[in-house]
Amino acid sequence: MKVIYTDSLVIGGGLAGLRVAIASMQRGFDTIVLSLIPAKRSHSAAAQGGMQASLGACIKGDGDDEDVHFGDTVKGSDWGCDQDVARMFVNTSPKAIRQLAAWGVPWSRVRGGDRDVIINGEKVTITEKEEAHGLITSRDFGGTKKWRTCFTSDGTGHTMLYAMDNKAIQMGIPVHERKEAIALIHEDGVCYGAIVRDLITGELIAYVAKATTIATGGYGRLYSVSTNAVISEGIGNAIALETGIATLGNMEAVQFHPTAIVPVGILTTEGCRGDGGLLLDKDGYRFMPDYEPDKKELASRDVVSRRMTEHMRKGKGVPSRYGDHLWLDITLLGRKHIEKNLREVKEICEYFLGIDPVEEYIPVRPTQHYSMGGIRTKATGESPTLKGLFSAGEAACWDMHGFNRLGGNSVAETVVAGMIVGEFVADYCDENSLNVSTSTIEHFMKQEEKKITDLLVRDFGENPFQLKAEMQKIMMDKVGIFRNGEDLEQAVEELKVLNQRAKKIALRNRISSSNPELVEAIRVPKMIKLAQCVAYGAMLRTESRGAHAREDYLERNDKDWLKRTLTTWKDDSSDLPEVTYEDLDIMKMEMPPGSRGYGVDNTIHHPDTPKREQEIEEIKQANPGADRYEMHDLLNPTPIPEKFKGRNERIGRGFK
Amino acid sequence: MSDQERVLKFQIFRYNPQNKGDKPRMVTYEVTEAPGMTIFIALNEIRETQDPSIQFDFVCRAGICGSCAMVVNGQPTLACRTLTSTYEDGEIKLLPLPGFELIGDLSVNTGKFMRAMSERVESWIHDNYADEVNFERLEERMDPDVADEIYELERCVECGACVSACATKRMRPDFLSAVGFMRLARFALDPRDKRTDEEFYEIMGDDDGVFGCMTLLGCEDYCPKDLPHQTQIAYLRRKMALI
Ligand SMILES: Cc1cc2nc3c(=O)[nH]c(=O)nc-3n(C[C@H](O)[C@H](O)[C@H](O)COP(=O)(O)OP(=O)(O)OC[C@H]3O[C@@H](n4cnc5c(N)ncnc54)[C@H](O)[C@@H]3O)c2cc1C
Ligand code: SF4
Ligand code: FES
Repeated sequence: MKVIYTDSLVIGGGLAGLRVAIASMQRGFDTIVLSLIPAKRSHSAAAQGGMQASLGACIKGDGDDEDVHFGDTVKGSDWGCDQDVARMFVNTSPKAIRQLAAWGVPWSRVRGGDRDVIINGEKVTITEKEEAHGLITSRDFGGTKKWRTCFTSDGTGHTMLYAMDNKAIQMGIPVHERKEAIALIHEDGVCYGAIVRDLITGELIAYVAKATTIATGGYGRLYSVSTNAVISEGIGNAIALETGIATLGNMEAVQFHPTAIVPVGILTTEGCRGDGGLLLDKDGYRFMPDYEPDKKELASRDVVSRRMTEHMRKGKGVPSRYGDHLWLDITLLGRKHIEKNLREVKEICEYFLGIDPVEEYIPVRPTQHYSMGGIRTKATGESPTLKGLFSAGEAACWDMHGFNRLGGNSVAETVVAGMIVGEFVADYCDENSLNVSTSTIEHFMKQEEKKITDLLVRDFGENPFQLKAEMQKIMMDKVGIFRNGEDLEQAVEELKVLNQRAKKIALRNRISSSNPELVEAIRVPKMIKLAQCVAYGAMLRTESRGAHAREDYLERNDKDWLKRTLTTWKDDSSDLPEVTYEDLDIMKMEMPPGSRGYGVDNTIHHPDTPKREQEIEEIKQANPGADRYEMHDLLNPTPIPEKFKGRNERIGRGFK
Repeated sequence: MSDQERVLKFQIFRYNPQNKGDKPRMVTYEVTEAPGMTIFIALNEIRETQDPSIQFDFVCRAGICGSCAMVVNGQPTLACRTLTSTYEDGEIKLLPLPGFELIGDLSVNTGKFMRAMSERVESWIHDNYADEVNFERLEERMDPDVADEIYELERCVECGACVSACATKRMRPDFLSAVGFMRLARFALDPRDKRTDEEFYEIMGDDDGVFGCMTLLGCEDYCPKDLPHQTQIAYLRRKMALI
């Protein structure tokens, strides 16, 4: 049995995983990163649009700060997020971006003086402050009060990931590529690493560690059309689920992005609309102002996606052989702007659609995009139920996004969580020694070996590719943008059947070394379980919140549903996960539930909401002199690691 | 896009070094073309319906991550964004990218090569204070044009097309290649990197470095991100010649 020991094992070489690894290494711990692919190819590289940090240097970001960012994030989450975590996040994001600037990201900068921009379909001249010249600039994104999304032209994720991986290489952090974690090793409620399959040789290796961090990204590929990379299959989440101990949070919270191209589902960034692009219907009519007169195309993502779907249902979609779609018009931004700030979009249109977006409209449709759910963690990033297991980035339900994440808040989360969780991982390595028995390691190794042998010897059975396609179709048709009880019940029943069938997979290509069919056969049963967590959670949640929109329960119901869904899969022979709920405590909220300001507000309020509102009012009146920092401490003090506690400086405002 | 269905003929290099006794060969597969079909879509269809053992690497399938470079009808390119309709006669020959360790079929180990390249050129900001920067304060300013220029050189996706298209590299196995030069040019331009010209010379001032380049410019022809290889190599050469 091949065993590799380390202090801090990080599964995932995207932005989140690499940042956790850097933190572990900085604190002097032996660290190994595992990745399916070379780290720089991780899906983080695909983020084009930007990263939210309230630097407020751009004139349209003037007046921005942590509090405004906090408000947008909580509202965006439809009050489903953990406000402690959102606080830690908004306070640390400016630091994260500045650290990345020092590590080499060529963030686009403010140019003092006049420039033309498109706002609400009109050309407007704005004047950037000369004293801000050369500081990091920002653009507009949906659901934000200020222009807060910092970017590098159109390659934000690429430049962030390259800087992060270069830093990791500089520090000598080993990245073990083409390795797949397929099970966690645990004993007495403590996690000690993972069983890992070498995707080239097929060898199984036990990576044994004090702390294990899962940073494997999202589970978008449970759906047949997704903007996500083909490797975003949620295996990290699934191996946590399969421990029967770790919990997954809010798996039903799945975001659909308004503008992926039809039919392949490749994303055109929110930056298109942020920079002034419009949505048009089959008559060339700009319909969003009719639905959302205030934020129009820049309403929150979940809202725009639903409005688009509604509009298409009214027969206003553009018919095509791939079904209806709408148009994204960026022609009004002009060639110069598109070729500089939206070049990836232009390339994608040219290569995949054969059109020039400078002159033609882009066919778009809402498409699966982001997984708010994931491995439930405490604010420290550690699983509340399985000690020594941490998670960060899209794989985690750290829970700063609740039921809808804002554009630009995700790459920001990856680095901020990487910083914060990374410190707690290092603390954990400091405080704990490695005492796992060899027999436990052997047990997990044998278990995985047996599963693979069974697959290799079975003569007849199910085709894993086909099972996957069926699962993806169920999710697409029945657990999509708009959901209803009937469809969801059907989805759950159908997934139960698939779960059974997945126990009988047989291979045509029966070799244990590099073998794509075997990879699929290992993953598909895991993916079906995850899909069931999503579908079942969605079926049980009889309200609409953020991206979870029930046609049969239109209202957000704080009275009964201001709580987080927790799923575990204790019994391997079962076809359903166990579901419990964790209440969100309004009496601790800095920002008690209110209206997001879209459409009619039909929220069923919780009795604690007015209580807490009054309490906050009283605290405010009793402390008339308190500045925003003191006020925040009075309302809800949040523990932030010492390193990241400090206040953030802003141009023209200092540390106020 | 034409509505006429045609049958594409894929000739694909097959060889799995993990499989003892396996021999390199070309295998032909037929696929019915669909509108908007890319090589990514076609290869997956072949894997799912005809031969589940076939190996290839796709991640983003959007021309962004650099995973999928292979030789398509003689030219190195990103397979995911190559439409099958580009090839009029419907015959498509796929070979793995030469110049890299073969993993199997169309999959090569570019990751290992690129990590070694990054280590060799020390692909990071050299500044002793980068780790001590006080991130509570305003960030160091940078001229907006300089930031844009750095980004222009940082768009490389490490796909390896330039390496496979380089005649010098074929003759000199340790030749740094265009991807390495581009990375060096990017850091040489960056005011945050405090390396001197002499230090850069140490890395690339010999025949395995920038002086070995025979200026055949396969790199420039095949770079999917249209990076300005010719001008950057000339720039580095002039800079190094002054040392
Ligand atoms: C097209 C697109 C555009 C986006 N644009 C933006 C944007 O503009 N702004 C924004 O804020 N967000 C954006 N997002 C979201 C954001 O990019 C992602 O949420 C974020 O990058 C995820 O980072 P991560 O580090 O959590 O995971 P990833 O970058 O997905 O990395 C996952 C890592 O885990 C590894 N891995 C997975 N499973 C295993 C396993 N079983 N064993 C070993 N390793 C494994 C992979 O190899 C990979 O290295 C975008 C997303 C998409 C799809
Ligand atoms: S320079 Fe161009 S061809 Fe070479 S690796 Fe980078 S993107 Fe690919
Ligand atoms: S798969 Fe990412 S570039 Fe082709």
